[in-house]
Amino acid sequence: MLAYTAPTTIEEAVRALAGASGVAKVLSGGTDLLVQLRSGRAKPHLIIDIKKIPDVSGIRERDGGFVIGAATPGAVIGDCKALRQAWPGVVEAANLIGSTQIQGRATLAGNLCNASPAADSVPALIAARATCVVAGANGRREVPVEGIVTGPGRTSLGRDEFIVAFHLPKRPPGSADAYLRFIPRTEMDIAVVGAGVSVTLDPGGVCTDARVVLGAVAPTALLVADAAAALIGRALDAGALEGLDQAARRACKPIDDKRGTIEYRIKVAGVIARRAATIAYERAGERR
Amino acid sequence: MSKYHVSTTINGEPTEFLCEAELTLLDVLRDELHLTGSKEGCISGDCGACSVTVDGRLVCACLMLAVEAEGRAVETIEGMARGHDLHPLQQKFLEHAALQCGFCTPGLLVAAKALLDRNPNPTETEARYWLAGNLCRCTGYDKIIRAVLDAAAELRGE
Repeated sequence: MLAYTAPTTIEEAVRALAGASGVAKVLSGGTDLLVQLRSGRAKPHLIIDIKKIPDVSGIRERDGGFVIGAATPGAVIGDCKALRQAWPGVVEAANLIGSTQIQGRATLAGNLCNASPAADSVPALIAARATCVVAGANGRREVPVEGIVTGPGRTSLGRDEFIVAFHLPKRPPGSADAYLRFIPRTEMDIAVVGAGVSVTLDPGGVCTDARVVLGAVAPTALLVADAAAALIGRALDAGALEGLDQAARRACKPIDDKRGTIEYRIKVAGVIARRAATIAYERAGERR
Repeated sequence: MSKYHVSTTINGEPTEFLCEAELTLLDVLRDELHLTGSKEGCISGDCGACSVTVDGRLVCACLMLAVEAEGRAVETIEGMARGHDLHPLQQKFLEHAALQCGFCTPGLLVAAKALLDRNPNPTETEARYWLAGNLCRCTGYDKIIRAVLDAAAELRGE
């Protein structure tokens, strides 16, 4: 027998999670959880709907950065002009998840905690140096997004913990990000490869900071330091792009499946990383 | 069996129902409230046949628990026509023969209305992307897109 509760404070939600006698599941948008309920893959005794907690929904600007409530749906993220301006890559990644209908419900926290290697928003969030605020019985902790997923379907969250919000930092001038994924059609598919790139350029167009993250080519999203190193200290010339491509391919540890072979994914990872970097540089160049 | 009491608004009417936690909004719309316009297709959020709006946002009723409707405003296909007066989208779907078996039609109409409420003058590309989550196995989509764009023009008074 399934029970449902919709607490109105973070503390109440933590108490419900910590005190649950069986399996408890946190519900935000539910676009993965309800499918799992229906298929029998998830068999919770308790569902804790976090959308009635005021701070857990909505977008706020803070200290020049942004706080995105964990249960904020993609449609609301896409409607936030200030966020689109500051973090176009994060917004385009979040908005690639599913259809218009899915966007009406699906959230960043759900995309992250579902822990699919192909989650679209995750590479973009990691590239953005986003952090999560995690609430639990021992209070709150702030964790980089890359510290949450430990493998397909698995996270580092304790059974009494859930994500309350994401923080996106303030951007220096000349900064921008981009996310691209490869799918064999134009819409409504799951990434064969995804790449999130965030860069900061100096007034001369030289890259002073970069983060490159690949999705769907390993059990978790990969933060590729060598790929960022190929960009930093130079303009985006042919050599930088070649270095990025090589570093991205070297980092891949993909699987063969119906969406792509190992060889194909590795090749495409280099191409998608180049293209995402090119978009990020174009955007950053307009902001110097 | 413990049931949850839910107070909601459906097509502008205050509505109350009792349901078990695992029931979806679609289950309750169809089986409890007998609003059978919303269809059950894939039950996984892929086909859009159960499209409704909740507080103005387009969602799949199969991917929302019925208990989550508490305090929200739900709009379904049953709220689209005014009595016997069809909404311009419904009229244009008929004129353009934008349906064959009709199973996808309620979801497409609700989704298309959500588009036009937000963007009265969509391009063909915008309409096609917006409706990408509504599958139709009969028409090949072209007539649907023509009907939506024609209805948009009529609603703009062109």
